[in-house]
Amino acid sequence: MILRGKAWKFGDSISTDHIAPGRYFHLRTNLPELAKHVLEDANPDFASQMAPGDIVVAGRNFGLGSSREHAPRIIKLAGVNAVLAQSFARIFFRNSINVGLPVLEIDTSGIEQGDELEIDLGAGTVRNVTRDETLIFAPLPPVMVKILDDGGLVDHFKKHGVFNLDQ
Amino acid sequence: MTPLEKPQKSLRIQIPVSSTLAEKIISEHAGREVKPGEIVVTGVDVTALQDGTGPLAIQQLEELGMVQAHNPKKTILFIDHAAPSPRKELSNAHISLRDFAIRTGAVLSDINEGVCHQRLVESYASPGDILIGADSHTCTSGALAAFSTGMGSTDVGIGIATGKTWLKVPETMKIEISGSFSKGVYAKDLILHLIGEIGADGATYMALEFTGPGAKSMTMSQRFTLSNMAVEAGAKTGLFASDQATRAWLEEHGRGEDFRELRADLDAEYSRTIQIDEGTLEPTVSAPHTVDNTMTAASAAGTRVDQVFIGTCTNGRIEDLRIAADILRGHQRNPHTRLIITPASRKVYIQAAAEGLLADFAEAGGLVTGPGCGACVGVHGGILGDGEVCMATQNRNFQGRLGNAEAFIWLGSPATAAATAIAGEIVDPREYLE
Repeated sequence: MILRGKAWKFGDSISTDHIAPGRYFHLRTNLPELAKHVLEDANPDFASQMAPGDIVVAGRNFGLGSSREHAPRIIKLAGVNAVLAQSFARIFFRNSINVGLPVLEIDTSGIEQGDELEIDLGAGTVRNVTRDETLIFAPLPPVMVKILDDGGLVDHFKKHGVFNLDQ
Repeated sequence: MTPLEKPQKSLRIQIPVSSTLAEKIISEHAGREVKPGEIVVTGVDVTALQDGTGPLAIQQLEELGMVQAHNPKKTILFIDHAAPSPRKELSNAHISLRDFAIRTGAVLSDINEGVCHQRLVESYASPGDILIGADSHTCTSGALAAFSTGMGSTDVGIGIATGKTWLKVPETMKIEISGSFSKGVYAKDLILHLIGEIGADGATYMALEFTGPGAKSMTMSQRFTLSNMAVEAGAKTGLFASDQATRAWLEEHGRGEDFRELRADLDAEYSRTIQIDEGTLEPTVSAPHTVDNTMTAASAAGTRVDQVFIGTCTNGRIEDLRIAADILRGHQRNPHTRLIITPASRKVYIQAAAEGLLADFAEAGGLVTGPGCGACVGVHGGILGDGEVCMATQNRNFQGRLGNAEAFIWLGSPATAAATAIAGEIVDPREYLE
């Protein structure tokens, strides 16, 4: 599968409070509404200016902090195709796989705001069309590939009825 | 009853190899020796949801047609983040949690009971358990030698319904503690110092294991403070071996029979060892806006503070309140500094009341609230105004956490927080101790 989109650049240590701020706690039961505030405290213009298919590109330790699954959910709900980062916090990473949001660990230092990107999940590459560069991302653990391929953990369970993670 | 249903202490297999504590607990559940990197589908002994993450989990189970609890008496739904509810959307979320408890027989911990992690260590977590909770600070129960970790709503929902989850066996980072704390230095200073040293991603995917004579001589309350903040270094859990202190804690809470002695093997392999001498530590704070942005309280001294918040799963226990009360007694909070104290649980609240601490706090100009997460999550209980600065005994100071992205949060020990409330600015607490 090829994902194409424009890069939105973020820095290091983007926390779950940046992604889904505490003052919108009451919107957790209204995810479409919460998605209008996604990443608001990191970039207040992001939610209103992004287009479906855009790609979040970040530095180190993206998603640090809370286990709130709402964070990757609203990123996906806003229409983001994938999150690329230098590294991810572990609960956020696992939650992203569970909700079917591709999260790819890759050297993002050379990607700039607005770059056009092409992600080939099967081949394991990210092509920066704007800069004519190709990067390889760290392969996902097979267990997570299984869940992601099924569209997330709920879909995995709908399909198999149990954990079907044998490698 | 399947072997995975009830606490299977009698059915667990002794794994006679060189295992870290994390490896040992997972191995016992897997029925075979496991090594770091392996993926294991395992039974889960205790599952927990809170009012911020629970409704989504229930929604997922409804979508799956799996509204059930595999082990209802060890499935706990906590209403703590918005307790009591400050707005109707949250009240409706609470209704869905209470409804789920009725439908499945799961345990409801309502608005008066306190913070989930404090309740878990008081009444539910046991040595050797695998415990998953839909809250990142679920690692707190690691201090009871339980492999206890935070996950998202869907993961825990599936765990509740099926009694299972999948885990990747983590590498373990050993934190070898020696020495003893100088006056005015506490467990909170140690863990802030450690996170400052290794960074917010220094232990990502790893288990922390706190060892050494310093760890062994810690009270359970101190151990909970350390384990609670393991996730702030990126760790999966923060473990202590169980010992007499663990037994005494469990007995004090009416469940001495849950005790078993559990520790790593002497020849276990750790990917990294960090040594900390408690005697070298100083009162430490985390500056806005990350937990690893640490410095000594002395070097932050003089920073004007508008609100001091003492409480939370990190430092809201009776020992923490005693330390704070000892400093505040006979003093007044600074006129420009609000002081909020929130006991971590009903039990702590009752005990603090019996010891006269709540009156001490009120006399000093503090506002004592009921047990719960309180101000910590930015939902209610002490939201900050634009430009305001808060010193808190909680575990996280991310921008916006206290409900306002234009505010600033510092983290410190109960002693640092109490002294700061009197001074009206960040201060080294040793100046307020005899």
